[in-house]
Amino acid sequence: MAKGDPGGTTRSRRAAPRSKKGAAGDPELVQLLTPEGERIDSATGPDGTEYRVDFTDEEYRGLYRDLVLVRKLDAEATALQRQGELGLWASLLGQEAAQVGSGRALRAHDMAFPTYREHGVLYCRGIDPIMPLGLFRGVDQGGWDPNEFKFNMYTIVIGAQTLHATGYAMGITMDGKVGTDDGEAAIAYFGDGATSQGDVNEAFVWASVFNAPLVFFCQNNQYAISEPLERQTRVPLYQRAAGFGFPGVRVDGNDVLASYAVTRTALDNARHGQGPSLIEAYTYRMGAHTTSDDPTRYRIASEVESWQAKDPILRVRAFLEKQQIADATFFAEVDEQARRESVHLRERVLSMPNPEPVTMFDHVYPNGSPLLDEQRAQFNRYMESFEGSAH
Amino acid sequence: MATETLTLGKALNTGLRRALETDPKVIIMGEDVGKLGGVFRITDGLQKDFGDQRVIDTPLAESGIIGTAVGLAIRGYRPVCEIQFDGFVYPAYDQIVSQVAKMHYRSGGRLSIPMVIRIPFGGGIGAVEHHSESPEAYFAHTAGLKVVTCSNPQDAYVMIQQAIASDDPIVFLEPKRRYWEKGQVDLDAPLSDAYPLHSARVVRPGTDVTVLAYGPMVRTCLEAATAAAEDGRELEVIDLRSLSPLDLAAAYESVKRTGRAVVVHEAPSNIGLGAELAARITEECFYSLESPVLRVTGFDTPYPAARVEEEYLPDLDRVLDAVDRTFGW
Repeated sequence: MAKGDPGGTTRSRRAAPRSKKGAAGDPELVQLLTPEGERIDSATGPDGTEYRVDFTDEEYRGLYRDLVLVRKLDAEATALQRQGELGLWASLLGQEAAQVGSGRALRAHDMAFPTYREHGVLYCRGIDPIMPLGLFRGVDQGGWDPNEFKFNMYTIVIGAQTLHATGYAMGITMDGKVGTDDGEAAIAYFGDGATSQGDVNEAFVWASVFNAPLVFFCQNNQYAISEPLERQTRVPLYQRAAGFGFPGVRVDGNDVLASYAVTRTALDNARHGQGPSLIEAYTYRMGAHTTSDDPTRYRIASEVESWQAKDPILRVRAFLEKQQIADATFFAEVDEQARRESVHLRERVLSMPNPEPVTMFDHVYPNGSPLLDEQRAQFNRYMESFEGSAH
Repeated sequence: MATETLTLGKALNTGLRRALETDPKVIIMGEDVGKLGGVFRITDGLQKDFGDQRVIDTPLAESGIIGTAVGLAIRGYRPVCEIQFDGFVYPAYDQIVSQVAKMHYRSGGRLSIPMVIRIPFGGGIGAVEHHSESPEAYFAHTAGLKVVTCSNPQDAYVMIQQAIASDDPIVFLEPKRRYWEKGQVDLDAPLSDAYPLHSARVVRPGTDVTVLAYGPMVRTCLEAATAAAEDGRELEVIDLRSLSPLDLAAAYESVKRTGRAVVVHEAPSNIGLGAELAARITEECFYSLESPVLRVTGFDTPYPAARVEEEYLPDLDRVLDAVDRTFGW
């Protein structure tokens, strides 16, 4: 059963029903779980859409488990980079809820187009979490099959993938796979910095005029490397959607429930033929842009601390505890699983073989090329010339 | 056998129509390609017959055309993208070079982008700036792309279909000043028997000098060969057809006989196709050469104002001048 679908066995003991427009202190923000772990029964988006989730206890625990595992594996990858085992790592620390919430909202046949930081979405798609480490270790350029997992290659050129997602979504329409509950949708991930890119703005235009079944999922983590949001925009990002002719909503990106609810609704609208929408998941990059970055040069500790208080995992834990959905045994078991999986990840990364050099000539063209055949042969002759030598 | 006299433009149009008929996954997309039939009418009548889901008038954004075509290709379509003019391809350059060219490689062969990017290229039509450029070297230099160009209606008809049927991403350069030139086109010969897409072809045999050209310059070189013959010199003219990969077997064989080679293109000479051709011919035919490989090209200026393009573009006299110089060494 997909998460959030009705018909679960054990309904949770929800807090007393509450409903509100936006969240306390920020009328624009859709929130279903406060940083303190208070459950909000429903929240209203800027266009009047009601957002709510209806999870079973098992599903709540599942989301918590996802968040913890994703964070732990990410921390392990950062450690591996620090120890020289990865060339680079782009940590998702702080953005777990936006990624797990949106990732779990996808149906199996929905297609995702990630940036290079969507390790949490990748995890939710069922891809072996070692895959992106191959890319950052430099043994391949991403080892998963995009069509098998419905999760495209990581895209490092900022914003380029939003056009790919738009074209893919146009293809869904051309295939007649929209307009019913079985319809398909695509989701394009990008960040606040990407919203300045021409490609993203072109994607907005195209998705709009072709009414593409697409969700633009912008994780506004407040920084494009060192540049703060103010250098990208003078209006809240979700409001940009209006100018392109589709709805936009800002969700608390550190709230996994709200991220799920808003994404699920946007995907369903898309698959039913109602066209694209923009989600701005308001969050914060707790770590560096990548391991090559030093965020202390451009942001102050108190800002980071204020976001620490909005941690996406602590609030779920507080909620689970308060509602007695999970006990100490459960939390210990999840921690132990995370530890085990991260150790396993580390072992496998350390044993990743370097590719054979001659494989660099593979897969340049589906139909091959005589020039490459010639260069490959020359390269082989050259390499063979070392055999038996002092090398 | 249905052989018809068609212009090069109409041959392309007929080839595109055939491709749309053959494979329901083939779609055409670009600016003004639908109702208008393209500014050069290469897609004339196709939207009317195949509908606006298969012949798509796009927003006016070149990166968007190529970027969305990437997504459509991942979805299983075979997009044929029209870039309206050579000088307008640059907004799409990132998508072409970083995405289209590399997707198969990056995915370890799991994804293919069977895309054709049609670009009318070259000068000689009295156009304003940005409408007469020859950007082939940018694309031929990019691993993961293939680049072809046709020089006559028969090739136009066949090559566009071959390019669309290929799983490789292909930049298909159309010699716009030759769109209106006519030739015989065999419409019935099966594609499977056609001359291979990435093979060069000797279009005029000769014994004295090997002349390499492609696209719009093939006709110029054939005219030069006719003129040279009157002076008793036999030029062997080779239409390269494929600029990436290059097929130089015929060129090597020819140069080994003639000892002389002249390369002709409209694009500027600096770091252009001619440089690569000269290097490879020199490497392969070093002991047969009687003279260095000479280049006849546009100059290393931005494309000039139309009233001086006749002097900018290689013509019959400049080709013959280079031929003469190969005998002066």
